[in-house]
Amino acid sequence: MAILVDENTKILVQGITGSFGGRHAQLSLDYGTQLVAGVTPGKGGQLFADQVPIFDTVSEAVEATGATVSAIFVPPPFAGDAILEAVDAGVDLVVAITEGIPVMDMMRVRAAMEGKKTRLIGPNCPGIVTPGLGKDSHGGCRIGIAPGYIHKRGKVGVVSRSGTLTYEAVWQLTNLGLGQSTCVGIGGDPINGTTHLDVLKMFNDDPETEAIIMIGEIGGSNEEKAAAWAKENCKKPMAAFIAGATAPPGRRMGHAGAIVSGGKGTAAAKIEALRDAGIEVAKNPSDMGQALVRAMG
Amino acid sequence: MNIHEYQAKELFQKFGVPTPNGRVADSAEEAKSAAAEIGSNIVVKAQVHAGGRGKGTFKNGFKGGVHVVQNADEAADIAAKMLGQVLVTHQTGEEGKLVSKVMVADAVEITKEYYLAILMDRESRSPVIVASTEGGVNIEDVAEHTPEKIFHQAIHPLLGLQPYEVRKLSAKLGFAGDQAKQFGKLLAALYRLFIECDCSMVEINPLVTTPDGQVLALDAKFDFDDNALYRHPDIAALHDPTEEDPREVEAAKYHLNYIGLDGNIACLVNGAGLAMATMDIIKHCGGEPANFLDVGGGATQEQVTNAFKIILGDPKVKAILVNIFGGIMDCDVIAKGIVAACKEVSLSIPLVVRLEGNNVEAGKRTLAESDVALISADTLADAADKAVKAIAA
Repeated sequence: MAILVDENTKILVQGITGSFGGRHAQLSLDYGTQLVAGVTPGKGGQLFADQVPIFDTVSEAVEATGATVSAIFVPPPFAGDAILEAVDAGVDLVVAITEGIPVMDMMRVRAAMEGKKTRLIGPNCPGIVTPGLGKDSHGGCRIGIAPGYIHKRGKVGVVSRSGTLTYEAVWQLTNLGLGQSTCVGIGGDPINGTTHLDVLKMFNDDPETEAIIMIGEIGGSNEEKAAAWAKENCKKPMAAFIAGATAPPGRRMGHAGAIVSGGKGTAAAKIEALRDAGIEVAKNPSDMGQALVRAMG
Repeated sequence: MNIHEYQAKELFQKFGVPTPNGRVADSAEEAKSAAAEIGSNIVVKAQVHAGGRGKGTFKNGFKGGVHVVQNADEAADIAAKMLGQVLVTHQTGEEGKLVSKVMVADAVEITKEYYLAILMDRESRSPVIVASTEGGVNIEDVAEHTPEKIFHQAIHPLLGLQPYEVRKLSAKLGFAGDQAKQFGKLLAALYRLFIECDCSMVEINPLVTTPDGQVLALDAKFDFDDNALYRHPDIAALHDPTEEDPREVEAAKYHLNYIGLDGNIACLVNGAGLAMATMDIIKHCGGEPANFLDVGGGATQEQVTNAFKIILGDPKVKAILVNIFGGIMDCDVIAKGIVAACKEVSLSIPLVVRLEGNNVEAGKRTLAESDVALISADTLADAADKAVKAIAA
């Protein structure tokens, strides 16, 4: 089953004619993803890669193609508006890849999404991959910017705030022969749509997922919340890694949300919460795959 | 991004947050004329971003970055001792900060000190006002010892600050009558500033009442959302590069995400999470990272070359660890960047390279065919271990 998306999910890309959006839309097509529409205001009627129709608005694209997920590659000044447009068009899921959206914009967007059916993943995230059954996991659903070939279809759920660190974890799993049900990048911004805990609950309920790896980093308290929930509720073996144990306090480590401020959000506190919940914490980033092997017994 | 106290004061004036009279000066003469406008009871404050100025010491031996004087001549004298000198406080590190401006302001008499801040709270996903009857002291200490004296009010992101929220906070702080009115106006102005300038934090410590009944912001600390600076060119212009690590200023020119640290193993990584994790594993293997450096997901050969130059320009660096997981990024681009950089800057320290992912074979070939002396590694742990051992050897 996987979570959120599978090989039949129809997706559209907002910002498909930009160089970044276009490049990754092509890679998703190559991966075998059901990319059915693109949206760029003013370019309606054109085709992307000679096959994907482009629309002026998201609601036109949804109406014509039945897309249920939108991937956002729109530049930061316009990304908040793009998310709201997708919500208004009634898609089930919005995956915002864009990095650098002002926090104030995300605050308003999240408030405006209260009570709507649409879920937001991101922003500032690598996206979602549900690997396919073909060679190098071809035929799956790839939304965003993750490299498809590192994946392998299987039973491990992966949730992370980071991009390349997730690839590192996925690659370790794949090399250990552990495939993934779905890999979700929730993004590195302080205000985002979906938390570790939200994804953890989905994995816990997903019959295909048999083990979970959660990758966090300094800043905020979402990892602690997920750990507290997992302690009482999670039925599946879990491993985790927290990046940033050596980060100096008060500095933003690349991600807008990766900051230890006022003594809060430290790696040490997160690791303690995870261990307290009985989660196997990787000793270092090279140990993520092995940590899950240990957790699975 | 942080700004200076005098710049904060100017923003307060623009938005109508009342502050004591005063202005900035960059010479003793200017300090004198600013002080003359005030008359007596004048405070002269060194303008650096670091805290702990009052207890700091200048490298010329002069003590204290904050002084109260009684006339314009004294103000000029104090300003002359501060300007062009380096102030060391518990926050600057031993290298200190160069003082090129002082603020000259009315040292108002204080009846009572309060604390008032607005910050973007990631948990509630809204602005939260934090206020306390205990001002002029470290708010973290108040939170630890007397948390009941700190009041929080989350503000609805779409509704904004409501009058009842102001009345509630005003009552909790014990303001009444005209002072309650003044506080209300001040808080409304501060909230407008917070929203309109895309702040992530604005802090007044202390907010004071005076014997003649005024409510004034005596000090201010700002933090702006870097992501929003594109729509605030006026605020972006307040950025003072002399307050930053020169390595970071240089890196910013090439859109590299660099943070200088104190160790001796430099790292060059793609992606913020992986870059943090690389620092962690260096420490895990017994080394100390010299920096955080994220070249981003779509780095060009030129960026990699410049990143290398910045790393090699740091005399503390004794080894370099390159860790690339080329998801979409082409490993060969990184390899070519490394080779180009090593041609431009003569490499005399050990270089450990771990490449993985997209087009990794071509990348490894480029490195092998070049005459760059490097140590290749297969996994992240292997790379960190080799870098640490290369220094020990």
